[in-house]
Amino acid sequence: MSFRPRLAEGTAPVLVVLVVLLVGLAIAGPAYSSPEGYLALLKRAAPLMILAIGQYFVIVSGGFDLSVGALVTAGVVIAARLIDGEDSATAWVILLVLAFGLLVGLVNGLVTTVLLVPSFIVTLGMLLVLDGAVFLWTGGAPRGALSPGFREFGRGAVDVPLLGEVPWSVLILLAILAAAVLFMRGGTGRALVAVGDNEQAVRLSGGRVNRLRLLAFVLSGLLAAVAAILLGGFAGVSAQVGAGLEFRAITAVVLGGVLLGGGRGSVVAATAGALSLEALFTLLNLLGVAGALESAVQGVIIIGAVAYASLGVGLRHRFTRTTTKQPATASG
Amino acid sequence: MTVQEKPLPVRTVPARTRSRGFAFTPTVVVYLALAVLLVVGSVLVALRGGVLLDQAGLLNIFTRATALGLVAIGQTIVILAGSLDLSVAYLVGLTSLVAAETMAGQAGMIVPGVLLALAVAAVVGLVNGLVITVLRANAFIATLGVALVLRGYLEHNYTGPAGEVPRTFQHLGYDRVGPVPVAALLMLGIAAMCWWLLTRSRPGYHLYAVGGDLEVARLSGVRTRRTIVTAHVLCSVAAGLAGIYLASRLGSGAPYVGTDAGFDLESIAAVVLGGTLLAGGRGGVVGTIGGVFILATLDTVFDDLAVDPFFKDVVRGVVLVTAVALYARRTVRRQS
Amino acid sequence: MTPTRILTAMAAVAALVLAACSSELPEENAPGGDTSTGEAAKSEFFDQAEYERQLAFRDAKPEGPADRPWEQMLEPELVDTAQYAKPGGNYTICFSNAAVDNPWRQVGFKTMQREVELHPEITEFTVLDAEAKDDKQISDIQSLSGQSCSAIIISPNTTATLTPAVEAACDTGVPVIVFDRGVNTDCPVTFIHPIGGFAFGADGAEFLTEQVQPGGKILALRILPGVDVLEQRWAAANEIFGESELDVVGVEFTDGDAAKTKSIVADYLQREGEIDGVWMDAGATAVAAVEAFQDAGVEVPAFVGEDQQDFLRLWVDEDLTAVAPTYPTYQWRTPIIAALRILKGEQVPSEWVLPQPRITDADVADYVAQDMPPLHYAMCGCEDMPGYPGPWQ
Repeated sequence: MSFRPRLAEGTAPVLVVLVVLLVGLAIAGPAYSSPEGYLALLKRAAPLMILAIGQYFVIVSGGFDLSVGALVTAGVVIAARLIDGEDSATAWVILLVLAFGLLVGLVNGLVTTVLLVPSFIVTLGMLLVLDGAVFLWTGGAPRGALSPGFREFGRGAVDVPLLGEVPWSVLILLAILAAAVLFMRGGTGRALVAVGDNEQAVRLSGGRVNRLRLLAFVLSGLLAAVAAILLGGFAGVSAQVGAGLEFRAITAVVLGGVLLGGGRGSVVAATAGALSLEALFTLLNLLGVAGALESAVQGVIIIGAVAYASLGVGLRHRFTRTTTKQPATASG
Repeated sequence: MTVQEKPLPVRTVPARTRSRGFAFTPTVVVYLALAVLLVVGSVLVALRGGVLLDQAGLLNIFTRATALGLVAIGQTIVILAGSLDLSVAYLVGLTSLVAAETMAGQAGMIVPGVLLALAVAAVVGLVNGLVITVLRANAFIATLGVALVLRGYLEHNYTGPAGEVPRTFQHLGYDRVGPVPVAALLMLGIAAMCWWLLTRSRPGYHLYAVGGDLEVARLSGVRTRRTIVTAHVLCSVAAGLAGIYLASRLGSGAPYVGTDAGFDLESIAAVVLGGTLLAGGRGGVVGTIGGVFILATLDTVFDDLAVDPFFKDVVRGVVLVTAVALYARRTVRRQS
Repeated sequence: MTPTRILTAMAAVAALVLAACSSELPEENAPGGDTSTGEAAKSEFFDQAEYERQLAFRDAKPEGPADRPWEQMLEPELVDTAQYAKPGGNYTICFSNAAVDNPWRQVGFKTMQREVELHPEITEFTVLDAEAKDDKQISDIQSLSGQSCSAIIISPNTTATLTPAVEAACDTGVPVIVFDRGVNTDCPVTFIHPIGGFAFGADGAEFLTEQVQPGGKILALRILPGVDVLEQRWAAANEIFGESELDVVGVEFTDGDAAKTKSIVADYLQREGEIDGVWMDAGATAVAAVEAFQDAGVEVPAFVGEDQQDFLRLWVDEDLTAVAPTYPTYQWRTPIIAALRILKGEQVPSEWVLPQPRITDADVADYVAQDMPPLHYAMCGCEDMPGYPGPWQ
């Protein structure tokens, strides 16, 4: 039994994909021959990358969080109604949105760990509840408006020495990513991966499985709230700001080589998966691929990436004769 | 959703489907809940001066249960096998179009239309199953990928409803026996067939075995890949039947009829509401049908009470989680 | 049991089943109109005759009170409704709504509810929401047909698929009123709608041909493919751009997602260097598109939006060159008014075409309402209703 998390495993393929996409962007779009273009891409991708980091915590510990998209919408709609254009309300509303994300994550985690409901169902239920409750509260459509101060984080930039103008969202993303990497290197992070790999083993060796799972959901909820602040800032109030983001975040994490079912994959790779996905969309757009075919291309690439990763793992396993995990099966 | 989330690995007996004697199995709980819901719903509707279970009310409940029921039957099969299918919603739209366009309003083309739609569905199920077993992709991501491919195809080729079913074919969607639509009876018949297949046939035992514990099933000689692929083909064919039924109901094929109804997540919700373990290996279509009727009845009651549609979502979410939490508690108690 | 008994029992059961057998399938009506296929070169949604008709409607003089456009009608062909007259009030108005899933329908539905409150003779207002599901709306309409409705109002989710259900509702003898999207049958007493999608699309495209230099680059942003109302808007714009010297550099779908819109516009700014005009088939993401120009530090070009408050405010604040075609939400008042006229036996037009104003630089300031939500539609005709602005906020 080993608790050594294989952080580097599976990172290489997604990085190759990412580099290929970025080179493709440089060839396809003149704007991507300069750092500003990539900074803009990073800014655009930041919310999804942050969501992917949150989703990574949940997936690597063996769960799912389908509620993040609805949580993003809820965060933006709640912020808009409470701020109602008043700049003075910005600070406490931001704290409140973060607290709300934390609370939703806590509920997801508690229902999963204490009531033993599969996280897929818990977060599906949460998705329905959030979607309904928020619009019940606002009477069907978003009300109020976000203040310029609130929007600064998603829209504005800050002067950084040496680098020049760097968007706030990129700085926030880098801070969160750095924190996540440090966290995953620490004991708690390793234990989180171990829970996804072999829950019984962690339990037997005295690990607090439930507490770790709970932590993963809380982090996912919190990061979804951060993503809500950035997305609301980037694009303003909208009723469907979070629509489909849960699937996109899960796709990104899987694209990063993280195994659904837990126990394997690195947070850097998950984040790279999100950036790849966003780069892919941008590239398809630059190449003028018909909007309708975009999702088909996306679907093929996802299946290809996952199949490649799984088959690779399978081959490796065959040679090392370790059959700890069955990536082939649907884990239901 | 994952192997880890199962409270404990399922016992290694491949086929454990029949419970001995009367017990509060999830299936019993579902039907009790349905009965309670019907009573409470009737009272609430009566308080507003209406009748829930009159001819129109029953017709409503059955009609609503038909399409979702078909999709959920298929979803039950794949979930029992430890898989799941997120591509059913787009597949329903696709098969409705295949059926309606093949028929093109001619009565003579009904049979080819139905067969072609089912064939397309079977192929999609085959692809799902092969991607999962041969390419070894996780079912969630594999079927999500196939869903995206289907979506791309639909968006690229269709700009709205297309095709036309002949008038005689529309009888399938509209005829009824008393307050029960014929299509609902057919759906229940298919459910009964699946029940028989799952609990009384060898492939059915294998399905439970694969869903219960893949390794053990393999070691005891079950062809696991073939079982999973078969489950996916059956699931897609069931979704195809739903598409054909909706084509008959709508008079034409509609690309987004499945996604508008949210059949992907809704069918999974109905399955787990019916007491089937999301991790696979335990449950069955009888419970699923109960789950479908609970959802259909809730909808009808809410309509009669003129409840805000957003409130419906909240209730659905709470009901779903509460139900599964109750089942989970039961399982744990029994095992301890 | 003897064989004869079994046989008798079986026969009895069979007879019962046969007796109980019935169909909800509506009577077959003569196929209405020909189904000519569009030309290949143009959008399959382009219909030259309808296009010209709608463009002509824009200049027609509406009949009815000028200050109440929701009661106005364009070139009406009045029909007699004496057969539906049911004097005495105490009406139950039934409404099968396609959905309330977007701000436009939200504003409209709230307006309709207030309109109902204006009329004491309506004692009950029954609403079934189809949640954007065709199949549910078919059931809903069937269910309403079985209730004691004085009139049935239907806002169809899609055209073709709901036609049979609407026909079935007509067959019950209760007056049926269809609004917003139409159906392929003329059995409803009246079909209420603003001029239409071609006029909407043309309003925006014509504005761009006037404002943008020949050869200027136009970016067209669309929400979704396959929605007939939206397809008509693009078909008309496509027609006008095709005849102009403008260069349409891109036609993109945004899914109504503000972030995606912003990204697409940013990509085009990088790809094309500059964009001289933006056409949109619906204004939901207009503000996001404008912001993409602002964030790129580029001057905002000529813009086509819609009458949502956030866009109107931005337009005034930033002094944009813009136009806002509207698909007025005040049309949600009309069905209630029509229902009451029909129940009183007064004449209504068989096709009630409402004026479809567009907001221009000259009158945009009149439509800005600072206390309304950002996604509120200005053309709601609700400002004079009791309780305004409460329910809409």
